[in-house]
Amino acid sequence: MTQQRFTFPRWTNLALPAIIIVGVTTPLYIAVVVAYGFSPQATDVGYMPEQPIPFSHQLHAGELGLDCRYCHNTVEETAHAAIPPTETCMNCHAQIHPQSENLQPLYESYTTGNPIEWVRVHDLAQYSYFDHSAHVTRGVSCVECHGRVDTMEVVYQKETLSMGWCLQCHRNPDPHVRNPNLVTQLDWGLDMSAAERIADSASWRKLNNLNPSQDCSTCHR
Amino acid sequence: MTTVPVNELGDTNVNTDEDPRQRAQLVLNHEDFGSVTDDILKANESSRAPKSWYFALAVSFCMMSLLGVMIGYLIFTGVGVWGNNNPVAWGYPIVNFVFWVGIGHAGTLISAILFLFRQKWRTAINRFAEAMTIFAVICAGTFPGIHIGRIWLAYWLFPIPNQMDMWPQFRSPLLWDVFAVGTYFTVSLLFWYLGMIPDLATMRDRATSKAKQIAYGIFSLGWRGSMRHWHRYERAYLLLAALATPLVLSVHSVVSFDFAVAQLPGWHTTIFPPYFVAGAIFSGFAMVMTLAIPARQLWGLKNFITKRHLENMCKIILLTGSMVGYAYSMEFFIAWYSGEIYESFTFINRAFGPYSWAYWIMVSCNVITPQIFWFKKARNSIAIMFTASLLVNVGMWFERFVIVVTSLANDFLPSSWGIYEPTWVDVLTFFGSFGLFMTFFLLFIRYLPILAIAEVKAVMPLADPHGHGHSYYEMEGETAESAKALEEDE
Repeated sequence: MTQQRFTFPRWTNLALPAIIIVGVTTPLYIAVVVAYGFSPQATDVGYMPEQPIPFSHQLHAGELGLDCRYCHNTVEETAHAAIPPTETCMNCHAQIHPQSENLQPLYESYTTGNPIEWVRVHDLAQYSYFDHSAHVTRGVSCVECHGRVDTMEVVYQKETLSMGWCLQCHRNPDPHVRNPNLVTQLDWGLDMSAAERIADSASWRKLNNLNPSQDCSTCHR
Repeated sequence: MTTVPVNELGDTNVNTDEDPRQRAQLVLNHEDFGSVTDDILKANESSRAPKSWYFALAVSFCMMSLLGVMIGYLIFTGVGVWGNNNPVAWGYPIVNFVFWVGIGHAGTLISAILFLFRQKWRTAINRFAEAMTIFAVICAGTFPGIHIGRIWLAYWLFPIPNQMDMWPQFRSPLLWDVFAVGTYFTVSLLFWYLGMIPDLATMRDRATSKAKQIAYGIFSLGWRGSMRHWHRYERAYLLLAALATPLVLSVHSVVSFDFAVAQLPGWHTTIFPPYFVAGAIFSGFAMVMTLAIPARQLWGLKNFITKRHLENMCKIILLTGSMVGYAYSMEFFIAWYSGEIYESFTFINRAFGPYSWAYWIMVSCNVITPQIFWFKKARNSIAIMFTASLLVNVGMWFERFVIVVTSLANDFLPSSWGIYEPTWVDVLTFFGSFGLFMTFFLLFIRYLPILAIAEVKAVMPLADPHGHGHSYYEMEGETAESAKALEEDE
């Protein structure tokens, strides 16, 4: 054969270092992508939308000591924890701070009958079924998922609400269970040691015979 | 110059006679290495392929597009377009998956096991058998991929850490399948490519256009054919052959677990792994034959893929076909011998129930057809072996159909029985998968070395000169020196 032979130019020798560089940086790239996947930006942790009325949970649930169930009154009976209607607010605010500028949307809602458009903070995907009553009546406190709402001036999302996060507790419920009568006491148990807390949780779990299910159909119905 | 030994009939194109005095020639009508390269690459290097190649490619491409349309329709509409439903939740897709994976078995058997057993005749068929394996596994992989329904969740097949804390079921053979088929594909691809490197370098050196020189140049990885290159190449090839050998047995064993691990009558049997492996090799060789016969004709390779090669394949088809036949009868025997009413019913139902037509197609194609290869006339007749290989392909598809559908359609509880009917989408998807397979195969025979050029040369007598009186050259009255000189000329 006497045809013109093609010789690869010298710069093609760079292919080897290039392959090595790609080989080395690929794990790095994967690490960055995975880290981003777990970061609050991707998981919505810290989501803190502005509400139509600057309602302070810190004031109401914390300082004033209102029980969570005073407003979210369906939480022990139904899957959904109700957002209170305007009338619930008016029980007190008919008398308290009637002139406050911040409360104007409340009075407007009361007179017109149009509900206040609160912005949902904890928005679980539609394909996952979550039942508040099933958890609350068995001693899973509000604080386990929502954090210390009694200290939040503006409510934000504390946990990832991801499936893996749900499963952590379903696989290993202790120390997330307590006396069902204490579920709305968000500051309960802070003075206990970790071992005490786990023992308490285990005892309540045993008493109420709690065996959290991990079947797909438990949450995806 | 020497001549190829002429057999008693004086026909240089026949090497199927058994003469214990000398080994049969595996390469006919070629005295030197150079002409071997020329002849194997003739069709690849000609500026235009045969017209029939363009025609076949056009047809295959249309069929492949049909597959694409069917998959698109499936994804946008949902699995309801298929006939899969209760009680037969595994219809065509799983039948097709097992069918294609089975076909993909011959490649590694030929390239690894026959290599380790020093079966020299493998060299002429191993390259395209491996190619066929890879394309068949691609077709096979398509079906479970689209069978999952929500194709955008296909990555759930793999154990990838995720925020859902969700893992595949490690106790399920379906997951083992992912690993088994994935490993098989990877090793087969590596084996195929590694074996091709010297030949790609040959094509690079002979290429006349710059584009070809660059393309083959990249893929031949700087091969220069030095002793050191050959040494490492041979080592690596041997290692890969050793690695691939257990895979020949493992992949289809694991595929059979998909059924055998389930509790269904007709599936839950220990004979399944060996029975499936035999069936896979059976169908794989049949497909190699179906492809080899037209390819050797079209590409002018009759001197390399000789009748002896085809005859050897016929013998393997006869062997594995009989093994499959034995498995069929043993299934029946055990169904009776176990005294298990469900198992007995399943097999009687297979042979005489609503799907008996499929069962008897399977038996006649898989058990009866290969028996013709007891006769040498049949083993030497291209027409008979081509027909038989097609029938075996049909029969092996029906075997999977019978296994998948009959057991699911009529299980323990008569109230849950049902009849499976494929839809037109099922049928066209299966039809289209042949387009995918053939398109790849046709592109392969045009642009890649269809035979292992370097290895074929190694089984020629020229590659093995004996200087002490009993070599092939001595018999022809030439000295070993002249043979050596000839070799150096190359």
